[in-house]
Amino acid sequence: MSIFSLTLRRDLLLVIREPAQGMAVLAFFVMAASLFPIGVGPESALLRRIAPGIIWVAALLAVLLGLPRLFEADFLDGTLEQMVVGPVSLGLLVLGKIVAHWLSTGVPIVLLSPLLAIQFSLDRDSLLVMVGSLLPGTLLLSLIGAIGSALTLGLRNSGVLVTVLVLPLYVPVLVFGAGALEADLAGMDAAAHLYLLVALLALALFFAPWVTAAALRIALE
Amino acid sequence: MNRWLHFASPQRFYPLAGRLMPWLVVSAALLALAGLAIGLLIAPSDAQQGEGYRIIFVHVPASWMSMFIYLVMAFWAGVGLVLNTRLSSMMAQALAPTGAMFALLSLLTGALWGKPMWGAWWVWDARLTSELILLFLYLGFIALYSSIEDPSRADRASAVLALVGAVNVPIIYFSVKWWSTLHQGASVSLTRSPSMAVTMLWGMGIMVLAFWAYAIAVALARVRCIILEREARAEWVKYAVE
Repeated sequence: MSIFSLTLRRDLLLVIREPAQGMAVLAFFVMAASLFPIGVGPESALLRRIAPGIIWVAALLAVLLGLPRLFEADFLDGTLEQMVVGPVSLGLLVLGKIVAHWLSTGVPIVLLSPLLAIQFSLDRDSLLVMVGSLLPGTLLLSLIGAIGSALTLGLRNSGVLVTVLVLPLYVPVLVFGAGALEADLAGMDAAAHLYLLVALLALALFFAPWVTAAALRIALE
Repeated sequence: MNRWLHFASPQRFYPLAGRLMPWLVVSAALLALAGLAIGLLIAPSDAQQGEGYRIIFVHVPASWMSMFIYLVMAFWAGVGLVLNTRLSSMMAQALAPTGAMFALLSLLTGALWGKPMWGAWWVWDARLTSELILLFLYLGFIALYSSIEDPSRADRASAVLALVGAVNVPIIYFSVKWWSTLHQGASVSLTRSPSMAVTMLWGMGIMVLAFWAYAIAVALARVRCIILEREARAEWVKYAVE
């Protein structure tokens, strides 16, 4: 088995055996998005208008909140150090961890998002576009977030710091992700947004694990 | 090559920076005076915007500098990361506050211009939004640098961040541009630039030079402080401060 699939399996097993943390992120996603109708009022035309932004921002913040889980536990008990000094490709290992993080944070968010779509009275076709934009989008968020998470590893204020580092880098993802859904709601073709989102994903799949590995080496020196 | 590496040592660069600084400070002051005189007194008032346009003599150079300094900062950070030259990383760290200041100055002067012209301090225009995100990138760099206690780790971690940011700047710029064209609101389009009088161009060019001189002078002053701080235990520092 390659180091990628071994790491993926190990991290997923850890998530399954301790499901509480992942659940908290999902609860945050639903709660944060549900606060908006309470804040702006229950008028359904307005809600449908702002739904893309709200669902996407809630998903983005939920992924951001889940980022510490990526490396922190392994860093604290010394496992991460062994991974870095081990004779394996750190980039592939990191990719395995990121994909595991996506499967345990991003994918549940995507599966839960139709529930929110109903709350914001989106119709069935827009729902497909929403799922189609969130699925690659959350992986992209995890990939970019991994860089910030590795750079701030072990710092005292790492929770706030990772937010400050990563949020500006999340802007293009939000533009294209929420843009796809918004274009669809406006009766336009969402494909262009989705293509660009997937193009960014291809770039990040190549570069992010490599940069994250470099950042981990710096952090563990 | 060797001549350049000669000044890569903080000990040798410290006096050089000290000698260059007065010249830069004086030329920054003189150029700023000349540029402001041309911009505020000599240049004709604009046919459409009246006197209000004169803020561009500060605004446009500040925006250019804020973008340019980020690239220079990322360059020095990258050099420091690859060649492990301490001075390059110190230079990157010294440039960050100046770049952030220019980004903030550009946003503030933009707001001052926008109020009489658009009737609003802030509109979500593509340029304003990407300038704001650039400011956030600077703040992230400074925040990361100052949260890491070990200077060598701080240098290298913030270098990675600066390089990732530099790769992202064009992506962010074009995504924001596309975003704002899709959301065509009631705002005025900035893209059609009216032809400028020659004196206006002169004023702006001289202000750009003044800002350059200022940025280099301040960065050198800051890098001198950083060198003293980081090399405090070295023998030569004792003689240098006397």
